[in-house]
Parts: sequence; structure tokens; C-alpha cells
Amino acid sequence: MANKDGSPKGGASKRIDEPTGTEFVGHEWDGIEELDTPMPRWWVWSYYACIVWAIGYVILYPAWPLLEKGTEGVLGWTSRGQFAAEMQTEADRRAPIVAALASIPIEKLPENAANMREAISGGAAAFKVNCVQCHGAGAAGSKGYPNLNDDDWIWGGDLKAIETTLVHGIRWGGSRETRLSYMPAFGRDGMLTQAQISDVTKHVMSLGENGAANQKGAEIYAAQCASCHGPSGTGDRKLGAPNLADAIWLYGGSRAEIEQQIYAPAHGVMPGWKDRLDPVTITMLAAYIHSRGGGEDFVDRTAKEGAAAIEARPETGAISDEQR
Amino acid sequence: MSSADAIDWTNPAKKQTPPEPGPLYEKRKAVHPQRIDGNFRRFKWLVMLITLGIYYITPWIRWDRGPYAPNQAVLVDLANRRFYMFGIEIWPHEFYYVAGMLIMAGIGLFLVTSAVGRAWCGYSCPQTVWTDLFQHVDRFVDGDRNARMRLDAAPWGPSKIAKRGFKWTIYLFISFWTGGAWIMYFADAPTLTVEFWTGQAATVAYATVAILTATTFILGGFLREQVCIYMCPWPRIQTAMLDEKSLIVTYKDWRGERRGSVKKAAKNPEEYGDCIDCNQCVAVCPTGIDIREGAQIGCITCALCIDACDRVMDEIGRPRGLIDYATLEDCKNEAAGGTPKPILTTLLRPRTLIYLGIWGAIGAAMLFSLGVRSHTELTVEQDRNPPFMLMSNGDVRNAYTVRLRNMESRPRDMEITMSGLAGGLMWSDDMAREKAARSLTRTVSADATRIVRIYVVAPAGTASQPFTFTVTSLDEQREQDTTEARFEAPEGTP
Repeated sequence: MANKDGSPKGGASKRIDEPTGTEFVGHEWDGIEELDTPMPRWWVWSYYACIVWAIGYVILYPAWPLLEKGTEGVLGWTSRGQFAAEMQTEADRRAPIVAALASIPIEKLPENAANMREAISGGAAAFKVNCVQCHGAGAAGSKGYPNLNDDDWIWGGDLKAIETTLVHGIRWGGSRETRLSYMPAFGRDGMLTQAQISDVTKHVMSLGENGAANQKGAEIYAAQCASCHGPSGTGDRKLGAPNLADAIWLYGGSRAEIEQQIYAPAHGVMPGWKDRLDPVTITMLAAYIHSRGGGEDFVDRTAKEGAAAIEARPETGAISDEQR
Repeated sequence: MSSADAIDWTNPAKKQTPPEPGPLYEKRKAVHPQRIDGNFRRFKWLVMLITLGIYYITPWIRWDRGPYAPNQAVLVDLANRRFYMFGIEIWPHEFYYVAGMLIMAGIGLFLVTSAVGRAWCGYSCPQTVWTDLFQHVDRFVDGDRNARMRLDAAPWGPSKIAKRGFKWTIYLFISFWTGGAWIMYFADAPTLTVEFWTGQAATVAYATVAILTATTFILGGFLREQVCIYMCPWPRIQTAMLDEKSLIVTYKDWRGERRGSVKKAAKNPEEYGDCIDCNQCVAVCPTGIDIREGAQIGCITCALCIDACDRVMDEIGRPRGLIDYATLEDCKNEAAGGTPKPILTTLLRPRTLIYLGIWGAIGAAMLFSLGVRSHTELTVEQDRNPPFMLMSNGDVRNAYTVRLRNMESRPRDMEITMSGLAGGLMWSDDMAREKAARSLTRTVSADATRIVRIYVVAPAGTASQPFTFTVTSLDEQREQDTTEARFEAPEGTP
């Protein structure tokens, strides 16, 4: 360990600390020097063990990136495979819930609090994937896209009606049973003059007690509109004719917006989901939308649920933290 | 000038010699502490008995909490996010109690360290306790220090193999018992024991036992003082926490030096001190250090050297306390011929009193808060999307997710009431709107949270305003919790 000329390797900086017999590392900080103390044996062995571990890891798992693809590892592990396995586990876990929901007619769904709970949470997830694009993340909709939280239902707001809308859609070419409602373009097609439209608009606004009655408008309404929207403007759910006497306007409630709707109405389209979603998912979506606060024909679950939750509780051990 | 003649600046007079190439690692010097008896040893026995007793026995203490909660006195129920400790039950949102306990543990260490040095290391650190236990196993199987050293040096033969096998089996049994006790804190102990031995316990239980068995076996059985000296960060911190007023184990060199045998000292009492260089203090040391070299990082302050030295002093008829618990300040005093301060003055000084004050204040605050905390809680989260909703009759509706917490171990009815918001009514997603009222009652299971989605509706024209939700437990306690909420309405509602 010496240079050719016999000097210690590393030059003059290699010195020995006399009391301990240990070499200095060769640096000095403000007069303080560090000793090159040997590492303890267990440390060195831990270091070797880490190397062995790393080699094993590289052999077993994908590790080295190559030009086309990486090494695959003898275990054949992939993150995609792991994901697929986890998805399968989750599908297996959900299988009994799905089977139960598939076997219950949707009208009977609220009778079992647990099933309703599962359906609502499943529906909430499905909604985020399929529905938020039009109806918004909070299901509040926007102009022309109905708000699903309120209690104004053009085609009915019970579970069955919501499910039918979901299955067949609105004005959806893909289903022969789709919800169809067309309002004539009274202005564009020359059925009413601009003055008549103005009059009937005033009348329509008065239906919801939002303005004075208009005699001329009322006559036109009786002749042209009442057949679908009803004599008092409350609409007809069989025909999908909206209620004109309430506070909710799908295409806006200002005078200009109502006039525009009479002149040349806009008609929304919703896809039918029967070919794209399975029946259980549609059931869950219906349950979720029904639960948003505007659902009709509610089955009161309050009494039953409390009792069920307590009975379901085991003597010891598992305690449900969050119950709906 | 050739580098062989390089000047050593720390000792310019000395001629430099080339260093010997050292080994890559330092070979461990085996430590074979000798059996000793004395006050500190007996105290150490006591601490060991108490700490190991607490550790192994606690999970098996039962605590009747009725049919709705587990009947284990101390239970960390991770699956259900509950922590039970005798009469106290901690919910996840009360984790600050655990944080408070950790802070108290930290400050407690500061307090102990500033008062009596590394007493934690010497007596109650798990590494110390289990190492001590394993050293007793060594003595039981192999004999005391000399026998063990002989056996270590002896070649492998049937006797050594048998002894080592027997010893390691005992190590393994203790380690396994230690790992097994740990998992009992996380599930019902008797149930888990049956499940464990019938192969039905969770994988994580077996993995935990395996890992803790391995670490106890390796750290307690083999690494021992290496953990204290090389692996543990705490000695560095503790060293920084000591000051010249902390009681630490000290060799009084002004009294002991110069060392010499009893005979030499008898002939020449002027020249020799009390230390007869019998090395008993080194022989009994569990970390294998020589306390006579002064305070050092390897010293865990277990004071077994004091026991050993006192014994020798008794035998040779000199006063005890050549090695003693003393402060650096006292040492200076004594060396200069003064007398040490009374122990109470040493222990109760501003620094320890401040630690004690903070420690006690946190403890008192936690106890107080535990005593007055309500077992009924309410949290309200308002829907933001949409913030409000127009109903078909013009009313304005807001939606809230309300969490009712029943922190008692029995089901209770809870009434949610709204106050403020004139004309407002509420209903929930599990009832028809027609039944909307100013209050509603829900049953909440024992020790559970119930989420209720509540809709609040107010007549058209109501302005945005705050109002309150109050939850009341419908039992003799009538516990209440109130939360401010806000009602949002469209601007310029007619």
C-alpha cells in the first residue's frame, strides 16, 4: 500500500491517530479531523444482503429497460396483470349485490334499505362516468339539460319512470320506445304571428303567477297549447309536455326565452342507455337520481333502517363505521 | 521532500509511519457481562418485570363494554378505526389524543434525560430489556462470564452445538412470544390465538409475528449493544440533552487515580487512589465499555458498574461511590474538595421543572378534555354543486350531508333540529318530502356514525343566511352538539 517511492499511498494526508490507531480520512474542518473508523461487520453484511436482494429482485421482476421493451422477470408480474386481478376481486365481491339488484323489480327496490344503499352508491359512480357530461357533476344540469335534483319531472319522477327514460332515452334514434315529444315551431312555420306569440307568452308567464293575465293570449293558448300542456298549463307527463305553471324553465324563464321556445322550440336529445349499460347499472343510476332530492313516490325507509342497522350489528368485532 | 518525511501537524516531532492496511470492517468485541447483584441490578429486575409484564399481559385483560363493543381492555381496532384503552375510546377524528400521548412521551424523555441522564436507555428501552432477558438466558445455559468466554473460544463440538442449539431455541421461543404478544393488541386476543393456531388468522398477523420474531431474535439475541452504539439515533439526541447538572454515571478519577493493587496502595497510600484496577466495572457492563474513560456514547447508564464497584469498595474497606451517579458540576466541586449538592436540588431545577410543567399541562389538558367530551357529535357538509336548487313551486332548497356520531356503546335515538331560517323545513333522502318538518329523529347504532342527507327548503324570497343544526341524544343524558350551517339562495330572488 505504498507508492513507488515508498511514500504512503494518498500522500501526506494519510496519517494515523495515535490514541486509537485509526487512520484519518484526510480532511480537516476548522481543526477538527475525522477518523476513518472501519464499519461494523453487521453493517457490511447488511450491505451485501441488500445487493443480493437487488439481484434477486432484478431476476424476479421487470427491471431493465431495453430498446423494444423491458426485461419481464421470471415471475411474469405486470402492473396491468395486478390491476386486472384487483378488478376481478372487486367484481367477485360485488357479484352478490349485482345479483340481488338484478332480481328485484325496480319498484320494490326501496323496500330493502341495504339494497337501496348499494344501488345509490353504485349509481353515483356510474353517474360520474356516463352522465356528468350533460347533467353536470352535481346533476344540476344547465339550460336545455334538465336539473335532476329538483322535483320537476317532464316524464315522471318515480323510479320506474326514471329507469324508462334511462333505458330508451329522449328522442333517441336507437330505441323505438324512446320518449318522443315535439312541439310545433309556431313562429317559424307560420302558425302564429309574432304578435300572437307575444300574447301567448304573456299568458304563459301568468300561469306561474309571473305577470298579468292576457285575454288574447289565453284564447290562443286554449286553441293551440292546452291540448298538450293542459288548460291550466300543468303539462302532461304522458306526452312529455312540460309544466308551464311551475317555477322551473328548461330553456329559461325570461320573456324572450319563452317566446323563442314558441317560435322555434329547441328539443333536447338524451341517448338511450340499454345498449351501452347493463340493466343493473341502469337500475343503480335510477336509484341515485331518484335519491337526489326530487324523487317521487318515496317509500319511507326511516323506521326500517334504524332497526335493520342495529340488528345487522354483530356481538363483537366488526363495527360499521359509516352507515347511510 | 518525500512524503515519508511528511510533518504530522498534530505532532510535528513525530516521524510519520505508513499506515497498516486495516480490515474492511471492525471485528466485534464480544461482550459477556458478568452476573452482579446490587441496588441498581434489583431496580433493573423490577423495571424488567413491570415492562415485560405490561407488554405480555395487557392484551388479555378483559373490559366489559356491553354487547356492542369489543371486550378487550386495550385494543387498537384498525379495521373499525377505534382505539380502546380501558374506559377510554378514541375515534379517528380524535387522533389528537394519540398525538398528545406521543408528545408527552417525548417530553417525558426530555424530562428524564435532563434529570437523570440516559435512564431510559439503561432500564426501560425495549432493546435494553430484551437484551437483558437474553443475557440471563446466556447465563442460564452457558454459565457466567468466564464460562461463556471459554465456550466462545472452544471449537465446535457436540457439547457446544447442544448448548448453542438449546440457547437459540430459548431465544426463538422468547422472540416468538414477543411477536405473538404484539398482534394481540390489534384483535380480540383469545379469538386471535385460536385463529392463529388453526391457520385462519389474517396473513398480516403471521407476517407481523414472523417479522417481530426475527427482529427480536436478531436484535435481542445477537446485535445487542451494537444497536445502542451504532444503530440507535437516540444516544446522539440524549447526549445533546444532557448538561452539567444532569445525573450521570461517573467514575471519580480524582479519587480513584492512580490505580493500583491493594498491596501497592497499602504500601504507598499517598501515590495510589481507591481504584484497584480490578476491572469489575468493565466485566459487568452490558455494552462492554470502561466507564473510567469518562462519559461516552456507549454508556446506557444502567449503573451496574456502580453495583460492582460498591461491592469491591466494601470488600477492601473503602467508602462506596467511586463510581456513582453524579453531575459534572458536582464532580468539579468534589475534585476541588467541595461537597455535592443535595439530590433534590439537582433534580428540581428550572430546566426539569419546565419540562415537568409542559408535560403535566398537556396531560392535564388531555384528561380534562377526555372528561368533558361529548359522546354525541354532529358534522354538516353542505352540497356545493349546486349550492342551491329551485323547486317547481319556487321554493329554494339546499342539501347537506350530516354525520351523526354516537360514541356510546349502545344504540341511541338522535334528534336533529334546525333553528333560524324562518319558514324553513327539512327532510332527508330516506323520507318523503311531504313529511318535512323542523326536526327529525334517527336511530344511530352503538359506536357508529350515521350519514343522513338532509334537504332544507325555504320559501321563495328567502335570502342567504346562516342557521344552525343541533343534535340531541334522546336519552337521560341529552347530550347536544351544534353546528353552524349556511343557507344559500339565488341573488335577487323576488
